[in-house]
Amino acid sequence: MSKRINVNDLDVYYSDFLAVEGVNMTIEPRTVTAFIGPSGCGKSTFLRTLNRMHEVIPGAHVDGEVYIDGDNLYAPGVDPVSVRRQVGMVFQRANPFPTMSIRDNVLAGVRLNSKRMSKSDADDLVETSLKGANLWNEVKDRLHLPGSGLSGGQQQRLCIARAIAVAPDILLMDEPCSALDPISTLAIEDLIEELKREYTIVIVTHNMQQATRVSDKTAFFNIAGTGKPGKLIEYDDTATIFTKPSVQATEDYVSGRFG
Amino acid sequence: MSATAIPNSRRPRGPVPNALTSAQLPRFVELYTLLAALAVSAAVLAMIGFNIVGWLVLTAVIYLVGLGILSSVVENRRKATDRVIRGVVTIAFLLALIPLVSTLVTVIAGGAPALTWDFITKTGGSVFNPQTLKVTVVQGAWQAIVGTLIVTGIAAVISIPIGILAAIYLVEYAQPTQWMARTVTFLVDVMTGIPSIVAGLFAFSLFTLIVGPKAFSGFSASVALSVLMIPIVIRSTEEMLKLVSNDLREASFALGVTKFSTIVRIVLPTAIAGIITGVMLAISRVIGETAPIFIAASFTDNFNANPFSGAMQTLPVMAYSGYKFPSQDIAASYQSAWGAALLLVILVVILNLIARIVARVFAPKGLR
Ligand SMILES: Nc1ncnc2c1ncn2[C@@H]1O[C@H](COP(=O)(O)OP(=O)(O)O)[C@@H](O)[C@H]1O
Ligand SMILES: [Mg+2]
Repeated sequence: MSKRINVNDLDVYYSDFLAVEGVNMTIEPRTVTAFIGPSGCGKSTFLRTLNRMHEVIPGAHVDGEVYIDGDNLYAPGVDPVSVRRQVGMVFQRANPFPTMSIRDNVLAGVRLNSKRMSKSDADDLVETSLKGANLWNEVKDRLHLPGSGLSGGQQQRLCIARAIAVAPDILLMDEPCSALDPISTLAIEDLIEELKREYTIVIVTHNMQQATRVSDKTAFFNIAGTGKPGKLIEYDDTATIFTKPSVQATEDYVSGRFG
Repeated sequence: MSATAIPNSRRPRGPVPNALTSAQLPRFVELYTLLAALAVSAAVLAMIGFNIVGWLVLTAVIYLVGLGILSSVVENRRKATDRVIRGVVTIAFLLALIPLVSTLVTVIAGGAPALTWDFITKTGGSVFNPQTLKVTVVQGAWQAIVGTLIVTGIAAVISIPIGILAAIYLVEYAQPTQWMARTVTFLVDVMTGIPSIVAGLFAFSLFTLIVGPKAFSGFSASVALSVLMIPIVIRSTEEMLKLVSNDLREASFALGVTKFSTIVRIVLPTAIAGIITGVMLAISRVIGETAPIFIAASFTDNFNANPFSGAMQTLPVMAYSGYKFPSQDIAASYQSAWGAALLLVILVVILNLIARIVARVFAPKGLR
């Protein structure tokens, strides 16, 4: 299920604008990796290159290689659609499909990929996915109601359930808790802890405590100034990054002396 | 609301129990001012000769000036401006309503006497009686109702798929800077402004080339209406598709869903209510077109349900020809013209109601 990510000298562009430069990184399977850094340093941009979501934006392209268990995502002939089936993504703003019920939202990935599925299989998938996202008990009596009627935290967990329902190997999360209250945040952090057993997880966060709580490794990104490309400054065990980082900028950032 | 909550609010300044209160005019001051303005202007006009238009205009002016002065004396300038602007906006709204309401009233008044069950279900026209050498006019709009439905229906069948697919191309597939997209957008803009008579001439000359002279047919009228309808459908669908949040598309892509499935299963269902409303409005926009249909389908009193040959009667053309080329019984012709006009209005109202119901049914549920 879980796979290793290998990033090899990756440059990320928006048309002519170089947003992220020269990233090298290896992310081990069954770990949680946190991306931290100031706004605009390219964390989201880089994250989206890991499942080829970056190129959805017109003019966006990359230069370099990303290997998932040895397969280069950016090799010629790779279909981004099949990449995205293996690398799921959860966004900053919870975005359940407004026309669909909770149940249909969970099944969306499978159904829209036009896989046929018996009703009992679908029921099982809905249940395991919602349980996997710690949402089952809260919604099991109203599966046919619209997903957009849930609270923000529940919607975000519904999106996680939707993402894991397609059985990806890797789960990318872009600030999944930034719009949530502390209780919902804790619920999602617990969930990440559990998901780690089966998935490789990469999470962008602005919350230092969250990074220390959930992640095994932490990557610190930074920019020299506006218009300059973002760079991976330091990548190490979370404990090391937060206690004795080897780069001064990292220490300034994690200790709050940044900028 | 707040006026009732604050007692003694008319006291201008001085010690007030609550530091946040300030002087306020009583609650129904606008109504009182309006009544006063009506009375004053009636009195003024009574001296120089009364007429209703002058009365209303003078009332409006006195109302605005009076309320402005009153409010700036008792309250303050900000509130005075607010009240005057509110008055101006309301008056503008009423002015906009006048032509609408008066048209509706005229059509109903003119058409209601003609509107019987026979009028709807019978094929009308002049009947010449050889014995008495008299021409009697049979009141009936059946041929025109059928014609209108056929002509507009075919136009809709042509325009809706083309329009929606073109809009999908523009929003989902084309890059905004691409020359193709720019050209299509430009052409759509130009086509939206095409005078309808040009569309009629286009269709008529096209079918004259294909079929030969006197190529009147319901179908060519449908083609003319399509020329008018396609840009409207494209525009409204485009707007609706643009309203669908990009987050939803990205969420779908991130699940490994193809672009096509994303459009068909996520984007279109989210926008469908708006798209249907837009389509319905486009239909009601072209259903009343007269000039292009008159050119392309001509007019006739005969019942003709075959869109591919011969002239075809339609409601707007029936209203026009009844007025312009009345039979010997002029009064009867005029009446059926009014009846046709009223039927057309009713048809448009029905279409709008359907659009509303459909939009309600398809709207995404449970949105906060
Ligand atoms: N769609 C886009 N088009 C062009 N530039 C973008 C786009 N999205 C982000 N950028 C730019 O890329 C840089 C990195 O942004 P982002 O990855 O969102 O940063 P972060 O997630 O770390 O806050 C910023 O300079 C931003 O302005
Ligand atoms: Mg971001």
